Amino acid sequence: MWEYSDKVMDHFENPRNVGVVGRIDGEGQVGSLSCGDALRLTIQVDKEKDLIEDAKFQTFGCASAIASSSALTEMIKGKTVDEALAITNQDIAEFLGGLPREKMHCSVMGQEALEAAVANYRGVPVKAAQGDVVCKCFGVTDAEIEKVVRVNRLTTVEEVTQFTKAGGGCGQCKPKLEEILARILHQSAAEGPGKPARMTALRRIKLIEEAINTQIAPALIKDGGDIELVDVDGPEVLVTLKGACASCPASKQTLADFVTDRLRALVDPEIVVREYHA
Amino acid sequence: MKTIYFDNNATTRVDPEVFEAMVPFFQDLYGNPSSMHHKGGEVAQHIRRARRQLADLLGCEPEEVIYTASGTESDNTALWSAIRGRPDKKHLVTSRVEHSAIHNNVALLRRLGYLVTELGVDKYGRLDMGELLSALTPDTALVSLHWANNETGVLFPVEEIAGLCRERDIIFHTDAVQAVGKIPMKLKDSKIDMLSLAGHKLHAPKGIGALYARQGLKFLPFMVGGHQERGRRGGTENVPYIVGLGKAAELALKRLPEEDTRVRAMRDRLEEGLLKIPYSIVNGDRKERLPNTTNISFEYIEGESILFHLSHFGICASSGSACTSGSLEPSHVLRAMGVPFTAAHGSIRLSLCPYNTEDEVDFVLEKFPPIVEKLRALSPFWKDGKPSDSALLTCDTDNCSVCG
Ligand SMILES: Cc1ncc(COP(=O)(O)O)c(C=O)c1O
Ligand code: FES
Repeated sequence: MWEYSDKVMDHFENPRNVGVVGRIDGEGQVGSLSCGDALRLTIQVDKEKDLIEDAKFQTFGCASAIASSSALTEMIKGKTVDEALAITNQDIAEFLGGLPREKMHCSVMGQEALEAAVANYRGVPVKAAQGDVVCKCFGVTDAEIEKVVRVNRLTTVEEVTQFTKAGGGCGQCKPKLEEILARILHQSAAEGPGKPARMTALRRIKLIEEAINTQIAPALIKDGGDIELVDVDGPEVLVTLKGACASCPASKQTLADFVTDRLRALVDPEIVVREYHA
Repeated sequence: MKTIYFDNNATTRVDPEVFEAMVPFFQDLYGNPSSMHHKGGEVAQHIRRARRQLADLLGCEPEEVIYTASGTESDNTALWSAIRGRPDKKHLVTSRVEHSAIHNNVALLRRLGYLVTELGVDKYGRLDMGELLSALTPDTALVSLHWANNETGVLFPVEEIAGLCRERDIIFHTDAVQAVGKIPMKLKDSKIDMLSLAGHKLHAPKGIGALYARQGLKFLPFMVGGHQERGRRGGTENVPYIVGLGKAAELALKRLPEEDTRVRAMRDRLEEGLLKIPYSIVNGDRKERLPNTTNISFEYIEGESILFHLSHFGICASSGSACTSGSLEPSHVLRAMGVPFTAAHGSIRLSLCPYNTEDEVDFVLEKFPPIVEKLRALSPFWKDGKPSDSALLTCDTDNCSVCG
């Protein structure tokens, strides 16, 4: 059973602001029935003051989806549109006394509905929807992923799935998620220390491990080979390699080159791959 | 708060008689059954008796019973014993609706170079026997198909399938974890080669299971070790739990007629009552089904939120929705059946047992409809007592693996 906070249970059992506002000035719809959760948010805005007078929701989804929607409406009522837009999915989760990691996508859905409703009110397109769809299963764009990764300081594909659902279906988009993550991590690292996603040693090892498990190993296995991570020591990544014709030194070299290429692209251009011999 | 436990396919409560039978084995009767002294001897006797009790429930010989630690271990033992025993054959047949104890072995088997056929099912969760027949080849080592599905209760015609396999010299294993204790079986007269069961589904504790392996079948142990279980499963016997499973089997045998009459009648009344809720559908074949299980989808709402509201009233059930599994997709069983996504996320399984009462059925029938109503009132797909034509209804992504 999920461990929900009392506040989540309260908002689930006694949801606030259910329905549709009297005068719809902005409307945001995210998710879909097939994806397992969907939210329709409507807002009524005092245009003089740019103030959200009323907000109501309709939600199909689990307890945390309903609670996140209810919390969102409570949080934005009485705020100016700009103030409301500053709310992040983390704020929603915090308002509820936290959400299980696997349920963070519910808070993201709330934030996205808000963004969509405001865009609709202002008559501008939604930013996140403008990117390219990366995950076909859940219709998640790269722009959306990038935003969530930055706001929540995510470092692994697993986290991206927990927060956006991307990767939680067929899994085909995982290599792409890995690339997006790597790109953002590089950028953040370049922005200097103290930045959210600075590449610590631990994070780097995690990334290497994940790149090998989710991307490199499947590619090798498809061709009858395999790879296992043995150790990470500074720039050196120690692995055991198995090729289709494992005894052939030429094929071994191509294998090692392939692994090096992938790891450099995904994690760190400095990486040196060495084969481990027991 | 009173608990109304309608989740007996997940696990069952330990029968007080079972518990009582177990207690001495945590106290005075602590001997190792292999030991050559009276403390060992007295315990060995009790194991013999328990094995006989379980064999009686299955309708087989005591020597055909191998104790394991779970249904999962029984399934894995059967699978790997069969394929290691036939190293020349590289093909297996199973289905898309098996429990993960079988299902999650498929990828591994493929990685090891086996060809695995996963049979599909129709919208009632039934196999196509023609498809099964055409899947059997001279290279087929094993067919593994469950007897009863844990989510829908749908029964496969395992006796018939076992016959087809025997004619072709193919080993047939059935995961009967959900069937044992709920429907009668007589393995003596059957062509089933191996059968898995788990104690915690029939009022014995968790952590004890058994595998039936037909006399004369080539059997390779999964757990290699001592000579226990006649060399077929190493490890000092889990004596109290084996005794508990024996007692539970004895009780289950006595209660089999009740499963088919009283439990079935309660299930049917519960199901009929819930189907009065508009836009509700039974998932699975209503005829060839366990007597204790119903799986109903309430369209346009989501299963986890139904469960939480039920739990508020002390009612325990389960769901095939994505949210309850911790994964992001609804149950693989419902997807294999092609249950439309409007329904898959809102599926609820209620599974009864002889401990349940008519009063409990009444209570659930009273509490359930308002919960559905409350959630539908929140749903963007519902308006004025009917489904609305919301734009969110359809998925706007192509090749969506979630809706299939
Ligand atoms: C059909 C089926 N097979 C196997 C198992 C696994 O049994 P256990 O939990 O004892 O390993 C279960 C239990 O959920 C089941 O329902
Ligand atoms: S495309 Fe992302 S999980 Fe299928």
